[in-house]
Amino acid sequence: MSSPQTAFMQISGLRKRFGTLEILKGIDLELEQGGFLVLVGPSGCGKSTLLNTIAGLEPISDGTISVEGREINDLHPSKRDIAMVFQSYALYPNMTVAGNIAFGMEMRGVPKPERDKAIESVAKTLQISHLLDRKPSQLSGGQRQRVAMGRALVRDPKLFLFDEPLSNLDAKLRVDMRIEIKRLHATTGKTIIYVTHDQIEAMTLATKIAVLKDGELQQVGTPAEIYNRPANIFVADFMGSPSMNLLAGKVATTADGFVLDMALKDGSVRLKLPSSIASSALAAGQDVILGIRPEAITDRDGADRNSKSVETVHGRVELVEPAGSDTFVITHLAGKEVTARMRADAVVKPGETVPFAFNLEKAVLFDPASQKRL
Amino acid sequence: MSAAPSQNVAIRTGRVTRAVIYTLLILAAAYYLLPFYIMLVNSLKPLAEIQQGRMMALPLEWTLDPWRSAWSTAQIGVSPTGLRPYFMNSFLMVVPAVVISTALGALNGYVLTKWRFRGDGYVFGLMLFACFIPFQIAVIPMAAVLGWLGLSGTIAGLVLVHAVYGLGFTTLFFRNFYAAFPTELVRSAMVDGAGFFRIFTRILLPLSTPIIIVTVIWQFTNVWNDFLFGASFSDFDSFPMTVALNNLVNSSTGVKEYNVHFAGAILAALPTLIVYIVSGRYFVRGLMAGAVKG
Amino acid sequence: MAAAPSPTRRPATDHVGWLQDNLPKLVLAPSFAAILVCVYGFILFTLWLSFTNAKLLPTDFDRYVGLANYVALFEHRNWRISLTNLAIFAPLYMILCTIIGLGLAILLDQKIRIEGVLRPIYLYPMALSFIVTGVAWKWFLDPGIGLEAVVRSWGWEAFEFRWIKNNDMAIYTIVIAAVWQSSGFVMAMFLAGLRGIDNEILKAAQIDGASNWHLYTRIIIPLMRPAFLSAFVVLAHLAIKTYDLVIAMTGGGPGRATYIPAIAMYDFTFTRQSMGIGASSAIIMLCMIAAVIVPYLYSELRQGRQQ
Repeated sequence: MSSPQTAFMQISGLRKRFGTLEILKGIDLELEQGGFLVLVGPSGCGKSTLLNTIAGLEPISDGTISVEGREINDLHPSKRDIAMVFQSYALYPNMTVAGNIAFGMEMRGVPKPERDKAIESVAKTLQISHLLDRKPSQLSGGQRQRVAMGRALVRDPKLFLFDEPLSNLDAKLRVDMRIEIKRLHATTGKTIIYVTHDQIEAMTLATKIAVLKDGELQQVGTPAEIYNRPANIFVADFMGSPSMNLLAGKVATTADGFVLDMALKDGSVRLKLPSSIASSALAAGQDVILGIRPEAITDRDGADRNSKSVETVHGRVELVEPAGSDTFVITHLAGKEVTARMRADAVVKPGETVPFAFNLEKAVLFDPASQKRL
Repeated sequence: MSAAPSQNVAIRTGRVTRAVIYTLLILAAAYYLLPFYIMLVNSLKPLAEIQQGRMMALPLEWTLDPWRSAWSTAQIGVSPTGLRPYFMNSFLMVVPAVVISTALGALNGYVLTKWRFRGDGYVFGLMLFACFIPFQIAVIPMAAVLGWLGLSGTIAGLVLVHAVYGLGFTTLFFRNFYAAFPTELVRSAMVDGAGFFRIFTRILLPLSTPIIIVTVIWQFTNVWNDFLFGASFSDFDSFPMTVALNNLVNSSTGVKEYNVHFAGAILAALPTLIVYIVSGRYFVRGLMAGAVKG
Repeated sequence: MAAAPSPTRRPATDHVGWLQDNLPKLVLAPSFAAILVCVYGFILFTLWLSFTNAKLLPTDFDRYVGLANYVALFEHRNWRISLTNLAIFAPLYMILCTIIGLGLAILLDQKIRIEGVLRPIYLYPMALSFIVTGVAWKWFLDPGIGLEAVVRSWGWEAFEFRWIKNNDMAIYTIVIAAVWQSSGFVMAMFLAGLRGIDNEILKAAQIDGASNWHLYTRIIIPLMRPAFLSAFVVLAHLAIKTYDLVIAMTGGGPGRATYIPAIAMYDFTFTRQSMGIGASSAIIMLCMIAAVIVPYLYSELRQGRQQ
């Protein structure tokens, strides 16, 4: 066991080059024992490559990867005590489900009775006992997914790697399997690294999220940190659906403190910035970008009553999207499209001008030049 | 035959047009069948009937004598052995040549797709070009090499030649097949602890049956039908079937026994024809894979 | 890929070390070496031979003669005849195969109920040896017993068809037999091309009011460019290599009427014992094929890499 001080898994200065192309540009990352790390980012950001280097399936160009304080850079994948679930499940089509689950043990020379016992117990956990004699081609997508997880579970590894395991499933099944994976993590307490491009998966599963873009880490943190205090505009925009509203404005000072002036189509609006976001780094006349999530813009009745900083801005409703549980209202403010999330029964019609309540306690400010949060 | 996943549903034709189309297609079929028909019927009739200008007609008198003669008594070169020993020669040449080139091609394809290395594309390109060279270029040096190895005029020499020059195609076939083979399976097996040969024998090979069939058929047909290497590197004892047939037809003196020639031609065609009839789908796939490198 | 190119060490090293690391390359090496020697080495050897005055065996090349063999080759009547014949044979063979192949493919693509019967019939000649094809056509076209004799025996006494014995026409009989053998294959290539076309495009064109004629001339045939290219490359390469068929049918005759480069090469090398000239003719043949194949392979491999 690793001591509580040192991380269970540690990646430092990791670089990966293909010729002149740099895919991973110096990644530093840690994960504690029993943690659930989700690597998330748009396609081509390097998240799968990062996972493959951890698995040992791709050589690294620079840096170190260590698990429990031991460097594993040069270890063969089979010697790293990992198990991996692939996007396509990678079930061996010529073997039965039982054969698939047992293959790794067979390769390590585990005797047959022991293998059979392990298969049985894993099959029971995943409720696939009745499928053991089938070939992968006879299974449904969800069943294949379970078998792939079974194959990983049976190894009882130190570290689980998941490479977009749910992206081949339909929406309903995806939600079910997501819950199942979360439950699995809770019951086994295993350390998991999980790659996805789906930010909802990332939010729901992770104890720790690492957002990647173009081979660079953008932010590492808990789901709440990532969601509420995104490190930069990219993270703000990428995480959350619908994505965060980003509005340009100018900081000014009044007797009460900092305010934000935003230009509207006719005139302008002045929002008082609460002390929670008006850090001392601000200066009058500074250009900033206000980031505010749709759920922080509501109708007046729906505004958070505990918030001390609700400001009202009037806008003309362009579109109304009833989503069942809520209604999304789209308007234009400060030259940008703004999405507000109102109650399902809020009465708004396209073309009307209505008040939008901004809960500025939930807002963040970004520097337009550096794109970083202020 | 080759898979027909989708017909052109959009194209519609009238009844008259369809009649014309069917007529043309059936005429074409007749054209393709004609030479085989001629070979077959004339191999079953006495020589005199052919000489009377009855080549297109069915035999008046049916006989198997031409077949017997072609198989066991016809004069090939100087000795009246029939084609039988040469038929055997061809088998002795084809089987090892096909096995060796297919096995190596499979391993090459595996390495070139799943264990890629710097410059593998160039290696493959160089191997691929071997499919297309005119073998005339290799005839002179190969004769010298076979002489040096002591394999001149032997079946073993022909096996070597065919195995080597078959590598380009077998590698091409397996490379293209394995390129479409999910790499995640290989990775998964690596994580499971399987090594280079184990991944090949346990994961790839069991799923390679179609491409093995395609390759074996392709190689079998090519090696069996080869004439240039047979004519260049064999002697009387080691002639393959094609060379013996050509000998029978073109060097016989005196009366030309056309019926025997036709029977001999069918004998020479029989193994590849049987393969074609039994597994035509794979044969066509091989042709296409060899032509359109995909 | 399982192990992608990398400037640094691969992870598969562990303790098994060098052998494990280089196993894939070691497996590939014998094949690659065989091809390096037997293809590229031999090409170089033949090239070198073509610059010497070697006569009978590669052992008596003692003198470098520069381009003398090539000069002698192109001055030689037989070589010129063989090139002329190839210039007649190759284009005719390629054009006829393409026309027949495309025609049959289009006809066969009209939801023909007996397609399963017809297609194998069109293709079976490809399974035959050129020697067998040659024997069949040699006797079928022989005026004494073949087509001419048959038609005359049917009562049309004046019928004459003796191309195979005619110095000016014999080369066309080779075309007939070669087209018979390969056109079914070309049909299969075009049929695969036709079947590969997205049906929705055709539906869209029909909704746009295209007639069947326009469908083919404006949409389908232009979309089959890759199939045309493949057919061209395969046919050109087969045409240049043609050897067995001529040997079996006419042996190059009558006279030199069906003499082609492959026969000339063999003749120079083994019958006339001028190996240097034979080697130079082989080099010329290689250049002809390379001119067709290399650009094709280059573009195909490049495309493959881009995918």
